[in-house]
Amino acid sequence: MEHKSIMVHCEVANGKLASIANELLGCASKIASELGQEVCALIMGSNIASVAQEAIALGANKVYVADDDQLENYQTELYIQVFENVITQIMPQVIILGQTDIGRDLAPSLAFRLGNPVAMDCIELNIEPSSKQLLFTRSVYGGKAQATLVFNSFPQIATVRAKTMEPLEFDNSRKGEVIVVNTQLNMEAVRTKILQRVGEEESGVRIEDASVLVVGGRGIGSADGFKQLEELALLLNGAVGASRPPCDNGWVSEKLQIGLTGKVIAPDIYFAIALSGSSQHMAGCSRSKNIVAINLDPQADIFNEACVGVVGDWKKVLPAFISRVRELINK
Amino acid sequence: MVKVLVCMKLVSDPEAPVSSFKVDSEAKQVIAASGSPPVINPFDENALEAALKLKDITDVKITIISMGQNLAKAVLRKTLAVGAEELILLDDVAFDDLNGFSTAFVLAAAIIKIGEFDIILCGRQSADTNAGQVGSGIAQILKIPCVTVVRQLKINDGKLTVERVVSAGYEIIEVMTPVLFTVGNESGELRAATLKAIMESQKKPIITWKAGDICLDALPQKQVNLIKLVTPPHSQISCQIVEGQSPEVAGVNLANKLKEVKII
Repeated sequence: MEHKSIMVHCEVANGKLASIANELLGCASKIASELGQEVCALIMGSNIASVAQEAIALGANKVYVADDDQLENYQTELYIQVFENVITQIMPQVIILGQTDIGRDLAPSLAFRLGNPVAMDCIELNIEPSSKQLLFTRSVYGGKAQATLVFNSFPQIATVRAKTMEPLEFDNSRKGEVIVVNTQLNMEAVRTKILQRVGEEESGVRIEDASVLVVGGRGIGSADGFKQLEELALLLNGAVGASRPPCDNGWVSEKLQIGLTGKVIAPDIYFAIALSGSSQHMAGCSRSKNIVAINLDPQADIFNEACVGVVGDWKKVLPAFISRVRELINK
Repeated sequence: MVKVLVCMKLVSDPEAPVSSFKVDSEAKQVIAASGSPPVINPFDENALEAALKLKDITDVKITIISMGQNLAKAVLRKTLAVGAEELILLDDVAFDDLNGFSTAFVLAAAIIKIGEFDIILCGRQSADTNAGQVGSGIAQILKIPCVTVVRQLKINDGKLTVERVVSAGYEIIEVMTPVLFTVGNESGELRAATLKAIMESQKKPIITWKAGDICLDALPQKQVNLIKLVTPPHSQISCQIVEGQSPEVAGVNLANKLKEVKII
């Protein structure tokens, strides 16, 4: 049986499709139309049936809905079972997941369960015009290089980085089919037990939702230093973030980490304060619309990424900057 | 006694200056910077630290496994100096520059040869490929459970509780051995070795296995082909540097500039 269709794992957040799902559907739609195939969305969870229409409006031709109490919280083994179930039904050519908490865990395990390789954290998916082969491009060496891979077996499995793909326009007139998956979960096969979930969300504007990010690096020097960044964030209705050293040093919660193994965001304004701009960090923010840098070192890599900046000591530059911004806002 | 295996990869130093990083696009390889020896993948060091934290509280034997060609023993010896009991090198030209897919199969085959174990620890991803698939892959091949990005390992009579880190917080997970965990920086930096420990580690065994020493029948025929390796296109952005007679004045000028170009 020939492998057809582009399968997309659509994560659900707060009763709607997660933004990564919208991006993946956009990516899958482009590939599907070039290859003359269908986009099949897979939605898993509990009480998620209503989200199916959203997936159709954003590009899915078919939506497979696996709605089961046991799927409410992510568990590797159960999600693999549902995937295997649907894969036997639709024999996809490609399976795309988001490079998220779930995708990072699920994709490799799913791929190896199927005996196939996986391309993780892809930033581009293209089709080679003559062979129609799928080209998976991913960043490597912390972002210092880009590698393009091809696979010679099916299904071809990949995770895609957030903010790298464009969603389609939401169009409620799009038609599609909703298929209920008969989950038939084998609970005996689940060998891990989740005893408790502990939330550690930052208060205030969520990093992923903020249109302004004020991000501190190693040069901030202390937990106290971040108070000024909080002041600027508050003023501009933004959120505070950090590169890895402040998190490793315990100056801020690791939930603030932006980068290759942290959060990936693309706000309107990204203030990079005392932050060198290493490629591992830039992997998390390079798609920001405007990067503004303050750094003591004129050679810092961040000045190759920023559109505007000041070379100077943030401890002196930032307070004056904040005061003036306050004046300008109040005018 | 709890038998812990830690998989550790040697990589080119991710902290080396960016200027020393060069790609040979023809050969599809990164050109090793001369004078810059490989280092242990930082997340694999975190994995070893997680093993050592367990050893601090209970009877643990740690075996290090590393795969490659002409492996830098001097670099890997550090693991014996901080508390691992033995080092197994999978050193063969056949193991040079394997992709993650094949690597998982080779490491799994070596682990099968090692025999019984309770816990396998892997770094969550390597600093060169940044893929994060080998740990999960080994677990699937060996048909053992896998929990990714864990910290705070506690063991009680073959039952483990760990914290799994997620972006919204963490989960407390219970799992029986044998199990594989992947580890990130949350487990803490690898401790330093004492001089005494460095001396004593000279007596610890380093075992080398070639491809023929492990059973690789299960190596899959499926291919991953690298068709292109390039440095990313140079940024087109040129940064406007805002100046001032003093840092404070520069700060004010920056605010004015951002207002002028309608960024704020």
